[in-house]
Amino acid sequence: MSSLLTPDARAALSRREFVKRSGALVVAFSAARFATDLGLAPGSVSAQGINGVGSPNLDSWIAVGADGRVTAYTGKCELGTGLYTAQLQLVAEELSVPIDRVTLIQCDTSMTPDQGTTSGAQSHPSNFNHANLALACATAREAFVQMASKRLGVPIEQLAAADGAVAVRGDPSRRVPYGDLLGGNTFNLQLNPKARRKPASEWTVLGTSVPRVDFPAIATGRFEYVHNVRVPGMLHGRVVRPPAIGATLVQVDEGSVQGMPGLVKVVVRKNFVGVVADKPWQAEQAARRLKVEWTAGTPLPDQRTFHQHLRSQTATRDALSVDSGDVDTMLAGAATVLRSTYMHPYQMHASVGTACAVADVQGTRATIWSATQAVWPLRNTAATLLGLKPQEVRIIFRMGSGCYGVNGADTVSYDAALLSQAVGRPVRVSLSRRDEMSWENYGPAYIIEQRVGLDPGGTIVAWDYEGWSLSLGGRPGYNAPGNVVSGRLAGFQPQGVQPRSPAPAPTGALDNGSNTVPSYCTGAIGGSSRGTGTVRSERVLSHVVLSPFFTGPLRSPARLQNTFAHESFMDEIAAAVKADPVEYRLRHLRDPRLREVVTAAAAKAGWDRRPSPRNGNGSRRSGVAAGRGMACVLYEGDNGYCALVAEVEVNLSTGLVTVRRSVAAMDCGPVSNPDGARNQMEGGIIHGISRALREEVTWSGDRVTSVDWRTYRPWFLGDPVPVIETVLVNRPDAEAMGAGETTVTVTAAAIGNAIFDATGARVRQSPFTPERVKAALEART
Amino acid sequence: MSVIRLTVNGRAHTVDVDPTTPLLYVLSDDLELRGPKFGCGLGQCGACTVILKGEAVRSCSIPVQSVAGTEITTLEGLGSPENPHPIQQSFIDGQAMQCGFCISGVIMTAKALLDRTPNATEAQIRQALANVLCRCGANLRMIAAIKRYQQQRQAGVPSARTERAGAGERRTA
Repeated sequence: MSSLLTPDARAALSRREFVKRSGALVVAFSAARFATDLGLAPGSVSAQGINGVGSPNLDSWIAVGADGRVTAYTGKCELGTGLYTAQLQLVAEELSVPIDRVTLIQCDTSMTPDQGTTSGAQSHPSNFNHANLALACATAREAFVQMASKRLGVPIEQLAAADGAVAVRGDPSRRVPYGDLLGGNTFNLQLNPKARRKPASEWTVLGTSVPRVDFPAIATGRFEYVHNVRVPGMLHGRVVRPPAIGATLVQVDEGSVQGMPGLVKVVVRKNFVGVVADKPWQAEQAARRLKVEWTAGTPLPDQRTFHQHLRSQTATRDALSVDSGDVDTMLAGAATVLRSTYMHPYQMHASVGTACAVADVQGTRATIWSATQAVWPLRNTAATLLGLKPQEVRIIFRMGSGCYGVNGADTVSYDAALLSQAVGRPVRVSLSRRDEMSWENYGPAYIIEQRVGLDPGGTIVAWDYEGWSLSLGGRPGYNAPGNVVSGRLAGFQPQGVQPRSPAPAPTGALDNGSNTVPSYCTGAIGGSSRGTGTVRSERVLSHVVLSPFFTGPLRSPARLQNTFAHESFMDEIAAAVKADPVEYRLRHLRDPRLREVVTAAAAKAGWDRRPSPRNGNGSRRSGVAAGRGMACVLYEGDNGYCALVAEVEVNLSTGLVTVRRSVAAMDCGPVSNPDGARNQMEGGIIHGISRALREEVTWSGDRVTSVDWRTYRPWFLGDPVPVIETVLVNRPDAEAMGAGETTVTVTAAAIGNAIFDATGARVRQSPFTPERVKAALEART
Repeated sequence: MSVIRLTVNGRAHTVDVDPTTPLLYVLSDDLELRGPKFGCGLGQCGACTVILKGEAVRSCSIPVQSVAGTEITTLEGLGSPENPHPIQQSFIDGQAMQCGFCISGVIMTAKALLDRTPNATEAQIRQALANVLCRCGANLRMIAAIKRYQQQRQAGVPSARTERAGAGERRTA
């Protein structure tokens, strides 16, 4: 198989073709079988975890042809972050083969292991540590050494694997290539948990800045995105969404489009309405002209007072992340108590390209080409939607526009599937900008109230967090197609909120996956402290209420909102006790790696040690005030350390904030690809600036009003961007952690803290629009 | 439906389509080109950008009938994976993208600007890209890639490949 093929072209080769060409036999497997093997009921919570059930079978991960070519199968896909290239590096390194001899097949339910969902910065933890793809490669390499030992009659200690072959140490003439050792057969081995991983000190491919293998095809317009999938006989569909939240279908007047050129069919299923035509333009025109009568929508809460509305809901799902039981007492006895409330808006994924999918549903066979993050879960929910069995559905991943979480990829896969089933031919659906923005699963709004108690020396002795957010639907997972709009329209219920109050006492080990617990707390449960801080008196209580809009994971879901509140409040506390914000953080942090990124970012930035706000910097004369702010996090409580210094300028008359410089330090364990990691850090900062300064879903009456790039305006290429400097703290012998969602998590807080440093005005509601900044400036006393 | 003759990337095509069809749909559906992409259909994001008579235009917002007979250049008309155009090579060298969905908007807009105004200032480059969206935040790398291409062009070595510059630690825009 030629390494010159683009990734998509390679992935397009079916496993059968691969077997024919490479001579390797590959054993198919069933996820359900492995769930049973592991003692889990198929569909059980554990089997449905974010990382799927994987596979214990080496042949599910690696095939080596008689020609020595390696094909690896992964259930973690390229979403634009560089994971495809990083996984190629992993396979080349761990298996000791040249990278151009490796083909990687990603996320196809007929070929690759069920690794659940590619999300939550979990791809490195799952595939680059001692499990799954990395372990498969290590197992295979050791198997080759053992085979060579037998073949050559040389003890394994005297053999070494390199360059796709095993050779006698010190005698390179005695060498057997992998292809000869396996002879085109399967391994018939289980993954060996004791297989030795190659130490990072020996890496030559992993850990280096291998350029993205997909960029030449992308930059020259040859790359096949899901939007470019073309299937013989393919038609084009267009959906007709309700005009308002809560509107349901009364009737469709099919006569209104009768005789339109190219029209194939009007499709109605419960509240789902769509049209299919020969050409995309014909489908679009028919969708526009189709007369559809809907009921009135449901009035939405007033946006201006929405956070108060959220705060006052009573049917809540409550959770205590930690509760030391003494917070009220400690606060009552504290020398000083400080309190503050932070608010975050709904924000959207707002991918550049609207979601698109192609489905071919004929009888009891369905194939869907989708940019979903979750091919295996989608296989199950699409089957439910179509009335088929999961094994009758095949999902083939094709990269879409960057998704940043559960954007419209699953929704549009259902749209295409429903329309294709109705016409019995392949159908491609591309959403309109308005349909995507009006109905996607937004990152939820938050309101977070916090209090701390200080001792007479200004050290925090108690931390009390209470936060409210909203939920409706989310990732469809393996069994909830109603969690996204088209599944719901077709008659499936979304996951709502099951009220639970009061919250049960926390048990087990701390789970800080949503960063609800501030970094400065000990996170102690049952005597075990898994948090990163020193504050022992701690209570973290969160409430979730039913959202009027669909919600779902958006890059750094909940982690960003919580970190914004924690890190801004920490800055307020430091200012109240007239302490330097960096020193004050370090005073309350005990995790050495988190301390190190804080110190590294501050050093790189040339941090000026003094309390905030900065005083008298000539801003009165120029009308522009400058300041710097810091924020830090251990993402998800265990998945990537990051600290960021932001330097901003604030126009005192307009309230306009400009970020001039951003300095980030990150520790995600061993760095797979330094340039790729920096690209993620830089992108996260710019994404973070966009969300901190501009992005906010808006609505009025019964409908969303942020429906295009004028009404929802992220950071465009003409907008000012800061100088960005990045520090990678490389820890080759640590566990691999996520790197894609760290900087975005801390950017809003660092900017808000810098605004305060510059002006003495604290903006407690994001985004920091000129209006909000001006109001905060005017509120200064 | 009407028969319309198009010249795309130097090749003549004849399509039989509704003359009001947006050019983008003809390029991506009838001609199966992968460069120009649908982002908004409103001319707001740039993902569908092509070059027409030296101007970067939004192909989602032009009816195909209005460009009959006009030379149209798409991203694939500049170069190929084996032999990229120097501006494409500059983006590859600088690893100046992430998902890459926006890349037609960025490269075609910058190329049209620099063809017209070879000495464009950074402010002019940013102005030209004011309505081009990269949602992954590769902004700094993109501006740097454009400037590197511009410098090469000014130095009169349009086909020279630059040293890979993607791994630099400090980036300024």
